Amino acid sequence: MNKGSLVFIGLGLYDEKDITLKGFEEVKKADKVFAEFYTAKLFGTTLKDIETLIGKKITVLSREKTEKGEVVLDSAEKHYTVFLTAGDPMTATTHVDLRIRAIKRGINTQVVHGCSIITAVPGLLGLQSYKFGRTTTLVFPDKNYFPTSPYEVIKENKKMGLHTLVLLDVQADKNRYMTANEGMKFLLEMEEKNRGNVLSKDTLVCVVARAGSNKPVVKADSIKNLIKIDFGPPLHTLVVPGRLHFMEVEALIALAHLPAQLGEKLQKI
Amino acid sequence: MGKKEDNIKKAKNLMNKLDHIRNIGIAAHIDHGKTTLSDNLLAGCGMMSEELAGKQLVLDYDEQEQNRGITINTASASMVHEFEGSEYLINLLDTPGHVDFGGDVTRAMRAVDGCVVVVCAVEGAMPQTETVVRQALREKVKPVLFINKVDRLINELRVTPEEMQQRFIKIINKFNELVNKMVPEEFKGKWNVKVEDGSVAFGSAYYNWAISAPYMKKSGLSFKDIYEYCNKNDQKTLAKKTPIHEVLLDMVVDHLPSPKEAQKYRIPHIWRGDINSELGRSMVETDENGPLAVMITKIIMDPHAGEVAVGRVYSGKIERGQEVYVAGMPKINRVQQVNLMVGADRIPVDFVSAGNIVAATGIKDAIAGSTVTDNPDVEPFERIVHISEPVVTVAVEAKNTKDLPKLIEVLRTVSKADPSIQVEINQETGENLMSGMGELHLEITEYRIKNDYGVDIVTSEPIVVYRESVAKKSPHSFEGKSPNKHNRFYIEVEPLPENIIKALYNNEIPQNVKKYRNEVVKKLQELGMDKETAKGVFGIKGLNIITDVTKGIQYLFETRELIKEAFEEVMKSGPIADEPCQGLLVKLVDAKLHEDAIHRGPAQVIPAVRNAIYGAIMTSDPVLLEPMQKVFISTPQELMGDATRELNQRRAVVRDMQTEKDMVNIDAKAPVAEMFGFASAIRSATGGRVLWNTENIGFEPLPRQLQPEIVRKIRERKGLKPEPYPPEYYMD
Repeated sequence: MNKGSLVFIGLGLYDEKDITLKGFEEVKKADKVFAEFYTAKLFGTTLKDIETLIGKKITVLSREKTEKGEVVLDSAEKHYTVFLTAGDPMTATTHVDLRIRAIKRGINTQVVHGCSIITAVPGLLGLQSYKFGRTTTLVFPDKNYFPTSPYEVIKENKKMGLHTLVLLDVQADKNRYMTANEGMKFLLEMEEKNRGNVLSKDTLVCVVARAGSNKPVVKADSIKNLIKIDFGPPLHTLVVPGRLHFMEVEALIALAHLPAQLGEKLQKI
Repeated sequence: MGKKEDNIKKAKNLMNKLDHIRNIGIAAHIDHGKTTLSDNLLAGCGMMSEELAGKQLVLDYDEQEQNRGITINTASASMVHEFEGSEYLINLLDTPGHVDFGGDVTRAMRAVDGCVVVVCAVEGAMPQTETVVRQALREKVKPVLFINKVDRLINELRVTPEEMQQRFIKIINKFNELVNKMVPEEFKGKWNVKVEDGSVAFGSAYYNWAISAPYMKKSGLSFKDIYEYCNKNDQKTLAKKTPIHEVLLDMVVDHLPSPKEAQKYRIPHIWRGDINSELGRSMVETDENGPLAVMITKIIMDPHAGEVAVGRVYSGKIERGQEVYVAGMPKINRVQQVNLMVGADRIPVDFVSAGNIVAATGIKDAIAGSTVTDNPDVEPFERIVHISEPVVTVAVEAKNTKDLPKLIEVLRTVSKADPSIQVEINQETGENLMSGMGELHLEITEYRIKNDYGVDIVTSEPIVVYRESVAKKSPHSFEGKSPNKHNRFYIEVEPLPENIIKALYNNEIPQNVKKYRNEVVKKLQELGMDKETAKGVFGIKGLNIITDVTKGIQYLFETRELIKEAFEEVMKSGPIADEPCQGLLVKLVDAKLHEDAIHRGPAQVIPAVRNAIYGAIMTSDPVLLEPMQKVFISTPQELMGDATRELNQRRAVVRDMQTEKDMVNIDAKAPVAEMFGFASAIRSATGGRVLWNTENIGFEPLPRQLQPEIVRKIRERKGLKPEPYPPEYYMD
């Protein structure tokens, strides 16, 4: 049996203070601390602030190094090793493969959860998490890659009356973060291409920017109105609602500035 | 006014009389006398002094060509000839005879409508005769036949008149056989040559005489007279009575088509645009008032004028100062000088009109094969099919480091002028590679870089280019995992059947599967591929195919372009020695994908598929293929032992050996790698008394026992770990 162990700790949403108390205590015990920020980044803090808070140096790993995993696993065989990620370590970007491989090598593993965008966004909007369908991500179109499956996911969710959480591409290495406006534009392009009558300029969508910060932006309106608004710095997230419960409509009016007129219309349906 | 100037004036006047123009090429097996013939034609038309002709080799204007006695560049020349009372303008493009320069021959064929094929009476039709006839017919260029070196038959071989006739019949039959094999359907039976109608001529290019059936009637000479004159050693009189340029150019005017006639059937063949569009109609009609369309066939480097683009004007006229577009290039080019070519001279004119050959400066973006127009949106000409592909590479370094930037520029220019030279410039390592058709091709290019461009260079020993393939079908599918381990691709590889490889090689299957999908699927099924496999084909790279035989995998279509990218990457450099792959059928048999698009992007899919293909190759008996050459040797009986000894040392296989009088013709096959230095070896072994030549014939598996050693050498040269990775390496 190995002496070391591997603890996955979620840093939460926005700044260094989003880590749980449990996570904080675990990381302070660590011999070695790794982190990856290629899938999400804490915009309200810096690496240095986190290091100061926990009193340890953090080795930030690239996508390649993280996926290979050797550095982390080698360290975890002998030392008490912590692997930090934004959000919740096993949620949006799942690191379950790393955990499985650690277990196969006889390493003790543990997960300390953090809060995740997956629950924070419904929470901020007042939408019921029971009513979400499959989550999807919009990807920056690449030379040979412009997947339109997010459109299909929204279509299927809508058919069942379910909301869709639409995550937006993060390319931390290129310092490129998809804005809600770009996301809406891509969705309209997919509609144009597929003609499935899923979305139009009049479709109600919700935008959340900088979830976890003290002043998150939370908005609900038609695409044509929202697409013109500047939501400020990243990260942004979209929700395409399905059938709304009356409580949800009320919440959107109160929390997300849904225009009352639009709200009334939705109430009737 | 001298005769030359007079002719230039006449040429200018004839330029727009389309019925009175012939654009022709002369093609032949090496040493069958093509350049001598071209020079004597020019001399006969008063373009150079008759005394010099046969010695000066005007068309061999490159100094190095003259030193080596072979023709490298395709130069062009215009001349004026009188036939049945009217004058004709004959635009002649000379084509190189050495197989190493096959690319040039093909390009020259694009610009002409007819072709004089020269065959030596002593040697008969040789392998390269077949190649040039094939190249001509592929471009719908009509051939006529000139049997050369008849004097040697009489004076050296002492054949009787009867034997002579027998030989002629044999050559003509063989020639027609070649034509019938490859002639376009619509001309079947119509393009055969016949002695009676004058589409065959006989003679001696060196002694400047020739004869054909119609000319015999005209001059009153008979075969017997010819035989007598030769026997008496009085070929000078013969040259006066029946001069070669009269006979041959009569044949050209009478039997080869005018541009107006030829463009009607050649344009739909070489241009994929809409024939009913303005440009289409104008080209079919050879209309000098229509839109401009020029096909560039050659870039010549001139020390004073710079790059000179030579090409065929198919429609409109190209004028001095005109603004033109080169297909695929963004910028406008301004034509500076417009010339007719007369041997090494360029004669400036105001314009050159449809149906003629032009040499223009100022078209900076053009390379051999470019389409030049006055409208940026028109369809370019069909890509010229290259019969040959590079098989030999040298590393090129500048002798003085300060010349490095210049060298890079020169290498780029060189490959622009001769697209059969491929250069690979590596800014990081500073290692620049130059690949060509053979050792000689590279030596000549090296000479040009030093002398024409003044960059002193050092080159490595030549090395051959290998190919990677597999000997059997994968025993099972190979699983490739994405770096995040959330996606898996399952790949099998197998050798493509020979007939499909051949069809790919001959460009009979479009490489752009996306655009010509139905055509590709249909063609592959015709060639025997089963329906399911053919229908799944979504990528072709070189002589390799990838197909998707999976069924109903959700989201797979989104990753298709990425799979193709990985496939193309592997086909460019395989797992054995980082050499290109050839003859592989890559099958995607299954895939498992992550739910969300963000976790199956390029960074995940490409490495996964790449590993799956690498692994599949490594489990399927990977083999290295080496380039092979046909080697023909014609040796006196008593030196046969020396010649075969030379061959035996080079892993050569003798395929056929025929004795003709006191000569033995050896037909052998040998690896290019072993043929380096053959020229000087055989010369010293036989005192230079044997004739020989080679021709590239594609790639064949390396003998198994040699493979590990050669693989190690290539890998070490490339700075790789000496052994290829085992399949397990590609599992994770």
